[in-house]
Amino acid sequence: MTTTRTIVGPEAPLAADLHLPTKYGRAEHVLDILIRSIVPILLALVAGGLLLLALGHNPLIFYRDIWRGGVESGSWQDSAIRMAPFLLIAAGLTVIFRANIWNLGYNGQFLLAAALVSGYAPALVGDLPLWFATVLLFLLAGATAALWTLVPAVLKARYGTNEIITTLMMSFIAIDLASILIKGPFHDPTTPLPQTEVIPLEKMLPSIPGTRIHVGVLVAFAAVLVVHFVLTRTSWGLRIQILGANPRAARHVGIKLPRLIIVAFLTSGFLIGLAAAADILGLWGYIRTGWNPAYGDTIIPFVFLARLNMLAVVPFIAFFSILSTGGDLAAQQAGLPTDFLLVLVGLILLFMTVIEYLGRRRELGESYLSPGLRQALRAPILRRREA
Amino acid sequence: MILASQVWTQLFWTTLLSGGLVAGTPLMFTALGETISERAGVLNIGLEGMMLLGAYFGFLGTYYGHSVWLGYLCGMAAGIGASLVMVVLCVWLGLDQIVVGIAITLAGEGVTSVLYQTHFSTSQPLLGAVPRDPIPLLDQIPILGKAVNGEFPLFSQPLIVYLGLAFAVLLTWIYRSTNVGLNLRAAGEKPEALDAAGVSVMATRSYAAMATGALAGIGGALLVILTGTFQPFLTQGQGFIAIVIAMLARGNPLGVVAGSFLFGISLSLNDELQLIGVNLSPEVLHMLPFVLIIVALVLFARRAYLPPALALPYVRGAR
Repeated sequence: MTTTRTIVGPEAPLAADLHLPTKYGRAEHVLDILIRSIVPILLALVAGGLLLLALGHNPLIFYRDIWRGGVESGSWQDSAIRMAPFLLIAAGLTVIFRANIWNLGYNGQFLLAAALVSGYAPALVGDLPLWFATVLLFLLAGATAALWTLVPAVLKARYGTNEIITTLMMSFIAIDLASILIKGPFHDPTTPLPQTEVIPLEKMLPSIPGTRIHVGVLVAFAAVLVVHFVLTRTSWGLRIQILGANPRAARHVGIKLPRLIIVAFLTSGFLIGLAAAADILGLWGYIRTGWNPAYGDTIIPFVFLARLNMLAVVPFIAFFSILSTGGDLAAQQAGLPTDFLLVLVGLILLFMTVIEYLGRRRELGESYLSPGLRQALRAPILRRREA
Repeated sequence: MILASQVWTQLFWTTLLSGGLVAGTPLMFTALGETISERAGVLNIGLEGMMLLGAYFGFLGTYYGHSVWLGYLCGMAAGIGASLVMVVLCVWLGLDQIVVGIAITLAGEGVTSVLYQTHFSTSQPLLGAVPRDPIPLLDQIPILGKAVNGEFPLFSQPLIVYLGLAFAVLLTWIYRSTNVGLNLRAAGEKPEALDAAGVSVMATRSYAAMATGALAGIGGALLVILTGTFQPFLTQGQGFIAIVIAMLARGNPLGVVAGSFLFGISLSLNDELQLIGVNLSPEVLHMLPFVLIIVALVLFARRAYLPPALALPYVRGAR
């Protein structure tokens, strides 16, 4: 049995398919979900504030600077621009996590697609009609990242090889490969710096009239809507959900697991590739070696907080965009490295799992302690009584 | 001319072997740790964060305590501290091990980077060179033992390197012929059976996770002590590489030693190749082992074996 077993991560579904008992009304249900989503963020902000205090900074000033740098006086537009790659990565992760498969190679997929886009963009936007070149570059990025998931996908689908290892390793390879490409064939000969040719400003993604926000953000929102529709309103979405809930049941109802796993992987990679295209064509215009924003690392918590619901992810991503845009300024003001935001995100993840646990216990009407732990705590007392 | 080339090749082999060993040792400690918790059914994705915490506190210990051993101790303590989060949330409460692991990695990256940059960014202190402990007699063997041009050969390494190798052997014995080893494996293969045998699954998994944290902490501290300074994100994914090595070695400590040594060589090969005048891009060398593993996985896809109960929380009485 162990030889044919496919390893599909924990069989207990993630936060996704939590059906509350009927004794709760709809309003209570919504309230419950709101509490479970927002409390972890608040707790993380409080804990982060305590950490700031310990480092000798005033957390209130820090958080006020985040608001100033992320929302006020037009900087909300910068936050909105950051949402483009974030949303697309979130979409890519939601698709694959719903199938309860771990695509942890998002950094490599993103970076390789970004390298190819910035490598080919200067030539393509010069030779072809701009709209055509742009569409082509988006497709190129999507195809690159999708292709990069193919090896883990096939290994997972055919042999059940753990996708955490394979996607991570493919990610390491992609990061090195991107660096090789940037130094080699894509290197801008006019500069000694290891970077690609800068795309002329007028050839980058156009802005939405009246703002600085590029249309890549609209592409991201459109992708979110499409993914939401596909995941919740089509049979393919349902199949993904069944695969995520119980792979054995999925096979039992006649779903072709290998094909579904591979297509889920390709979709995930494609969306992550689009994120790279939107980021390069909309914001940066070139890429340099060593640049690895690792967006996905910080997006994961919010994908879970949104319970793998594509629409619910949008407010969280908006929040995080403000946090990261304003956080850069606040950290600068406070003389802290921006890596402080990583601490906040890590704390959000930790508090989220705890709150999720407490919520599930409450709704099952169980004690907040796990049975094993209760046993462990009770055992010494019982023993004393017996003695 | 012939003489010169002979010296170069000898120097090349000396540095290749010792460089591989030195670069591979932090990885070896961490990956050995991962085999322990993996056997017990706890998938520790937070190794990267634990290594970084171990590295930072190992740096503090060595810098302020003026002793590498204090550094290892501090690194170990930091690793255990981080693993306690894992113990409470994943083992006791049964929360998702992968989510908690990612959280530990992120928080570890952030905390160490912030602490280092607030306290040391202006001074950027360096640790002293590591004391070397040549093995008597063996250090007389050419290439393997005799120092060439100030390069330290295989048998003149810091004591901790030998301790690590000895620990791998010890671990093999523990896994193979002790009750502790059997309990660990049962906790990962069939926790119900272990429970029925009257051994606490919770306790077994808790100690396993803590041992992993301790070893990852030592691995991080080693990384700092061998490179001589701390830098934010200095592990560069080595925590994840350690997970890969542990999985591919199927939890076999000696396999882990071999894997870490190979990775160590590929990590340090760049310097050696430059010594003999070959200039290969560091990226190519860096990705080579990963490419090899992927090719190996495609060819022998069934080799990576994981315990059936890995990453699954144990709930007594659940189906």
